[in-house]
Amino acid sequence: MKIIVCAKQVLDPETPSSIFKIDRDAKRAVPPPGADPVVNGFDEIAMEAALRIKASVGGSITVVSMGRSFVMDVIKKPLAMGADELILLQDDAFETADSFVTTNVLAAAIRRIGKFDLILCGRQASDWDNAQVPLGLAELLDLPCLTFAKNVELSNGSVRVQRVTPDGHEVLEAVLPALVTVSNELGEPRTPSIKGIMASTRATPTVWGLGDLGVDPSSCARVELVELFIPAREKRCEMIEGEDDTDAGRKLALKLREAKLI
Amino acid sequence: MPEGNGVLVVGELSEARLIATTSELLNAGGKLANSLGQPLHAVLLGTNLSNASEEAASLGAGKVFLAEHPLLDEGHVEAHVTALQQVCQQAQPSVLLIARTQLGREVGPRLAFRLGVGLAQDAVGVSVDPDTKKLLVTRPVYGGNALAVVALSCIPQIVTVRPKAFEVAAKDESLRGEVVRVPVEIPTSVVRTRVVERVSGEAAGVKLEEARVVVAGGRGLGGPEPFQELEKLAKLLGGTIGASRPACDAGWIDARSQIGLTGKTITPDLYVAVAISGACQHMAGCSGAKVIVAVNNDPKADIFKEARYGVVGDWRKILPAFTEAVRELVR
Ligand SMILES: Cc1cc2nc3c(=O)[nH]c(=O)nc-3n(C[C@H](O)[C@H](O)[C@H](O)COP(=O)(O)OP(=O)(O)OC[C@H]3O[C@@H](n4cnc5c(N)ncnc54)[C@H](O)[C@@H]3O)c2cc1C
Ligand SMILES: Nc1ncnc2c1ncn2[C@@H]1O[C@H](COP(=O)(O)O)[C@@H](O)[C@H]1O
Repeated sequence: MKIIVCAKQVLDPETPSSIFKIDRDAKRAVPPPGADPVVNGFDEIAMEAALRIKASVGGSITVVSMGRSFVMDVIKKPLAMGADELILLQDDAFETADSFVTTNVLAAAIRRIGKFDLILCGRQASDWDNAQVPLGLAELLDLPCLTFAKNVELSNGSVRVQRVTPDGHEVLEAVLPALVTVSNELGEPRTPSIKGIMASTRATPTVWGLGDLGVDPSSCARVELVELFIPAREKRCEMIEGEDDTDAGRKLALKLREAKLI
Repeated sequence: MPEGNGVLVVGELSEARLIATTSELLNAGGKLANSLGQPLHAVLLGTNLSNASEEAASLGAGKVFLAEHPLLDEGHVEAHVTALQQVCQQAQPSVLLIARTQLGREVGPRLAFRLGVGLAQDAVGVSVDPDTKKLLVTRPVYGGNALAVVALSCIPQIVTVRPKAFEVAAKDESLRGEVVRVPVEIPTSVVRTRVVERVSGEAAGVKLEEARVVVAGGRGLGGPEPFQELEKLAKLLGGTIGASRPACDAGWIDARSQIGLTGKTITPDLYVAVAISGACQHMAGCSGAKVIVAVNNDPKADIFKEARYGVVGDWRKILPAFTEAVRELVR
C-alpha cells in the first residue's frame, strides 16, 4: 500500500491574536519573533490516519510538502511520527502561491512519484483556510474524493471512510486509488517517539524545485490578493462584579433581565 | 478575460424548498448585479423544482435555470459539478455564487478546477471594483485573525459564501421569473463514491443553528458532567447547548455541538460562553451572535474582547448562582 500525505508548514494557529501581526504592504502575516511554524494540525491527523493504515495493512508513507522555505525540525515531524520518505517542493516562487498554483505543483509532484494507492490531506490549512487544494487534486488527478473522514479503512482495493456531516456521519466507499481528507474527529495525532525523532534528524529529505516539476506558477495562478488586514474589534465589554463569584452570577442574571435578554 | 453576463446564484434545496442561505445569496447577488449592471439569475438542481423555482423568482431571480436529473437529488458532489459545468456553458455567467454548505464547499472548488477558473472560498463580503468591474471578495483567513480581499482572474468568478453572512432577500410574490430548462447529461459513472450508510441523529430539542439562545462550554469545564449544568440553563432560556472544539474532541459532548470555523456557524440573540478562551477559530462560528456573555477566570481571555457582558471568576460558583437567578426571573 503506497500512501501519500500532503502536509503544509504553517504559522502556529494558536498564536494569540494579541501578537498576531500583518505586514500590510507585503500582504502577509508576520510570525512573532522566535516563534516556530508548525505542521498544519489537520495534516498531522492525516499522518496519523496513514500510520494506522500502515499498521493494519502494511505499506509505505511518502510525505509531500510545498513551500518557499522550511524549518527542518518542524517539517521533519511526519518522519519522526513514522513516515518513510519526505519530499519537499521548494522554490522562491511558492511564497505567494494561491491554491491553484499549489494544487498544480502538488499534482505534478504526485505524478512524478508515480504509483500510489491513497492520498491523504487535511481538511484545510490553518493559514489561508481555503479547504480547496485536496478537491483540486482530485480534479487534476481524476480521483474519487472522500472528505472529512473520522475513520479510514482499506480493504480489497477500496477505501471506506466515516465522513463527518453536520448532523451525524455517513459511510462512503470508493475504489483505489483515491483521495481522502481528514477531520479532527479522527483523533489526536501521535507524539513522535525518541527513536523516531533520532531517525528523522538523520534523514535527508528529497528536494524538488520548479525545474523538476515542469509547472509554470504564473499560468496557474487564479487569485490575486488585493489586501490583507486585521479587522477592528470595536465591542466593549461590561464587566459584572459582585462581592464574590456567586453574587456576580446572580448580578449577571439581573443585568441580562434589565437588558431584556432573558 | 472573456465577458460573461449575469450573476448566477446556485440554489440549494431542502425538502423541495430553498434553504435560507440561497435567499441570502440572492440578496447579496442582487446587489452585485446592480453594481455590475447585469441581471440576477438562479439555477436549481434536482427534481421537483417548481415550487422552489417560483420562490427563487420571488426573491429576485430574473431567470431560473432548471437542471433536472434524479442523480442531483442525492447530494453527490460529482453530479452537481458535472451539471453546473453544463449550466455555465449555457448561461455564461460572469459571477457564480454558491453557498458554503456541506455540498457547496466541495462543489465550488471542484467546479473551479474543472472550468479552469478561480474561486474564493468562504466569503463574508462581496463588492465590485468600480474601475475594473471585477469582484472583490472579503474572506476571513488565519482562523479569523485577519481578513483578505481577493480578486479572481477568470470568468466566471466563483465564490462560495459563508452562511448567515448576509441578510435574506426580500420576497415579492408578484415577481415572475423566466424558467429556462437546461438538459443536463450526467453519466452515472461520474459518481465515484458510494454511500453505504447515512447515520443522522437530530439532537433532541432546539436545533443549534436555529436556537435563539446558545449556552456553550469549553475546555475549562474539565469534563462531561458540567455540560448537564449548561443544559439546565439552556432549557430555562429556551435554547440549546454548544461547545468549543477541545470539548468535542475530548468526547465531553457530541461533535455535532462544535461551534466555529470547522464547526457550526450560529447567530443566536444570546450566546453564553462558559470557560471558552475565545480563540478566533471559535469566534468564527459565533461572532454573529447579537449579544455574547462570557464567564472566564482569566481577565485577559480574548473572549472578553468580543463579549458584551463578562464575569471574571470560577464557573463552578458563577454558573449555579446564575442559573438559579435565571430560574426565578423567568418563572
Ligand atoms: C484550522 C483550525 C480550526 C479550528 N476550528 C475550531 C472550531 O471550529 N471551533 C473551536 O472551538 N475551535 C477550533 N479550533 C481550535 C481553536 O484554535 C482553540 O484551540 C479552541 O477554540 C480553544 O477552545 P477552548 O476555548 O475551549 O479552550 P482553551 O483555549 O483552553 O480555553 C479554556 C478557557 O477556560 C478558562 N477556564 C479554565 N478554568 C476555568 C474555571 N474554573 N472557570 C472559568 N473559566 C475557566 C480558561 O481561562 C480559558 O480561557 C480550530 C483550530 C484550527 C487550527
Ligand atoms: N503547500 C502545501 N504543501 C503540502 N500540502 C498542502 C499544501 N497546501 C495545502 N496542502 C494540503 O491540502 C490541504 C488543504 O489545504 P488548503 O486547501 O490550502 O486549505 C492541507 O491540509 C494539506 O493536506
